[in-house]
Amino acid sequence: MARTDHAGRPIIVVTGMGVVTSLGAGREDNWRKLTAGESGIREITRFSTEGMKTRIAGVIDFVPLQRQTSPDLSERLAEMATEEAISQSGIGSKGDFPGPLFMAVAPVELEWEQREALVRASGANDSLRYSDILRTAETGQFHNFYERFSFGSLADHVAGRFGTKGSPISLQTACASGATAIQLGVEAIRRGETDAALCVGTDGSVNRESLVRFSLLSALSTSNEPAYAASRPFSKNRDGFVMAEGAGVLVLENLEAARARGARILGVIDGCGEMADSFHRTRSSPDGKPIIGCMRKALNDAGLPPDEIDYINPHGTSTPENDKMEYLGVSAVFGERAHNIPISSNKSMIGHTLSAAGAIEAVFSLLTLEHQRLPPTINYDIPDPAIPLDVVPNKARDARVTHVLSNSFGFGGQNASLVMSREPR
Amino acid sequence: MADAREVWITGIGLLTCLGEGLDANWQRLHEPSTADTTSFAPYVVHRAVKVDFDKQIPKKGDQRQMENWQRMGVYAAGLALDSAGVKGNADLLSKMDMLVAAGAGERDTDVDLSILDGLRRTENREAYLNQRLLNDLRPTLFLAQLANLMAGNISIVHGVTGSSRTFMGEEAAGADSVRIAHARIAAGQSELVLVGGAYNAERWDILLPYALGRTLSHHKHTHVWERLAAAGGMELGSLAAFLVLEEKQHALDRGAKPIARLERIDSDYARRMPGAITGALERMWSDIAGKVRPETAAILSGATGIAAVTEEEHAFLARHPGLAVRASGTHLGHAPESQFPANIALAAAAIQRGKLYPACDNSGMERPMDPPLRQVVVTSVGHRRGECLALVEAVE
Repeated sequence: MARTDHAGRPIIVVTGMGVVTSLGAGREDNWRKLTAGESGIREITRFSTEGMKTRIAGVIDFVPLQRQTSPDLSERLAEMATEEAISQSGIGSKGDFPGPLFMAVAPVELEWEQREALVRASGANDSLRYSDILRTAETGQFHNFYERFSFGSLADHVAGRFGTKGSPISLQTACASGATAIQLGVEAIRRGETDAALCVGTDGSVNRESLVRFSLLSALSTSNEPAYAASRPFSKNRDGFVMAEGAGVLVLENLEAARARGARILGVIDGCGEMADSFHRTRSSPDGKPIIGCMRKALNDAGLPPDEIDYINPHGTSTPENDKMEYLGVSAVFGERAHNIPISSNKSMIGHTLSAAGAIEAVFSLLTLEHQRLPPTINYDIPDPAIPLDVVPNKARDARVTHVLSNSFGFGGQNASLVMSREPR
Repeated sequence: MADAREVWITGIGLLTCLGEGLDANWQRLHEPSTADTTSFAPYVVHRAVKVDFDKQIPKKGDQRQMENWQRMGVYAAGLALDSAGVKGNADLLSKMDMLVAAGAGERDTDVDLSILDGLRRTENREAYLNQRLLNDLRPTLFLAQLANLMAGNISIVHGVTGSSRTFMGEEAAGADSVRIAHARIAAGQSELVLVGGAYNAERWDILLPYALGRTLSHHKHTHVWERLAAAGGMELGSLAAFLVLEEKQHALDRGAKPIARLERIDSDYARRMPGAITGALERMWSDIAGKVRPETAAILSGATGIAAVTEEEHAFLARHPGLAVRASGTHLGHAPESQFPANIALAAAAIQRGKLYPACDNSGMERPMDPPLRQVVVTSVGHRRGECLALVEAVE
């Protein structure tokens, strides 16, 4: 069997996977619910949504935390999924992962609770000035905010806990972040720097202000009732994405190294593609060139013609813009076959897990390959005639799947695609 | 691993408190250092020179979609592309990879203060906060805050679209973005990369996280090494720095001239126990020591001035007394994400000129160095994490 790929590079395999979403913790729970067409979207109770147009999200409220902040939740989700992935992989030893960490994290900043705590402690009476807040900060009594809300702290803590090697990478490419983390891991192994990499995408940032911010950009679904029906990728009545939390983790290894230690091979990352869009901050180029180029680069990198792809895990956010553009891109790359390749959006059930999405959907793509079963696109009651795709409507189905393409597109013109397979060629 | 390919620095864009472009910065390094001690008192801030953003961001509409950290970054990226001679070359830019080190964006502090003030008086905290956020946050401010939108704006304004990756994580983001850019070129994964970052220190909300950590020095501008004898601390600086890194043959084929070669770069993860930083630097040093010729080499340090961490770097430097040292933070201030790319730029500038800039220190750490200068070792020791060592050399 080949030890290198079509370009003479090491073959990159997956030997461990971990996932947490609003559906639950762990691969088994998630896969069961995903293929049963269950939704993790629910009414937000973490904070009051009074006055807001959107009151639902794929929130994770089943994870106990000492402090309810976005970085605390993001970090905890990353830890849970990493535990699962490393345990499945059996790589290294406890607290000693033999490779680097690439971790996609949501942006981090002080939240209102911390700002208010500073104001309370300032004792400022009349009009509040920023200098009151800074003076309070300088007392040192809120030193823990400094570490908690520094960007590097999440990956630092995860690296410390699992003993990854080298400087941990914290990255952010908007909704493509999770895929970028995997891409960085693939590249590091291909360069021969390491035989293994820990690739993490995590996002626990459903908080008041981020909900307001996405809402102000008119990006979110406002179909609050029933919550489970809000995310409707490729449907005619889709009206925005649903924010969600989660984490996805892959343990990547050089095939030779994985074989040498007798590891079970769960799948292959054949190729990665990327192309930035220079058209607009939140919209795709109308001709779809960047997303088309992105998918083609991934296929080229994998050394596979489009004909070999038999399932697509799309970005499929349920926004009017994305789903239309993704259809345009898929049609251009796959031609007539576009209408026959099954393409189902996990986001119909778990919502849009933002910085984690690319990693979570890679895990689900690999589970699709493993189980030879396609999870559905739920809430597909009113097809959009402008998007004639086989979206695996509402019910999971068995299928022969050898190669999968997974797309992630984000604000800021970020586009990344991954090609995955069941077995090394 | 395949035979490593040479990585040349063929373009540099700098926007700092010293000036715009490499020449202006180099010139000002020969003058005494200064900083602004009044605008953000008690903090000392190195404020960027004012530039005409129109020169690199022609559309006002684009400028309006950004906050200053992004404008500075897009501006410096444009300078770097100009300097490399690739600006406007659609074919090259469409293949150019991009790595950006970025932090969080800028908040509207007036809005924040007004909401915080109101929260003290309201009966219904949650309803009040919801209402104020919905009414007072500008929709576009979100885009001016997202870390990856500096890269996004570089794609839009300059057309760099080969790939786009943003690293967060303070100093480590700056160092690792350059490290991975170098590694990708060396291994044949990329031919041409735009890498760098930008930081705007001239904001109260940006000072806040560092005030929480009590990492900022107060009142008086001081040279980095001299702060060790006092309480230590950082003087933050507004700083945008971008580099164009290019594979040697790719540069030769298009007739581009190297400013210097980025020979080696390594980063580490010291667990910040006593002695760990010195150990990490020493370990990385041992990998490049064989390449360094001390009589024509110097060290450009990214030291923050925070006592506990800078003392460890000081201890490392003291073990290598043969090399002249400069801490760029004395002149530039400290910019977490962009200090390292800026120091690579200044190292390249010094090599290009064959000499080091004058010492600016009364502690005895910095001393004069006779030319010629052929190599510069660049250090980065982050305020909280992130250790890195790079070797920049003259292209003979």
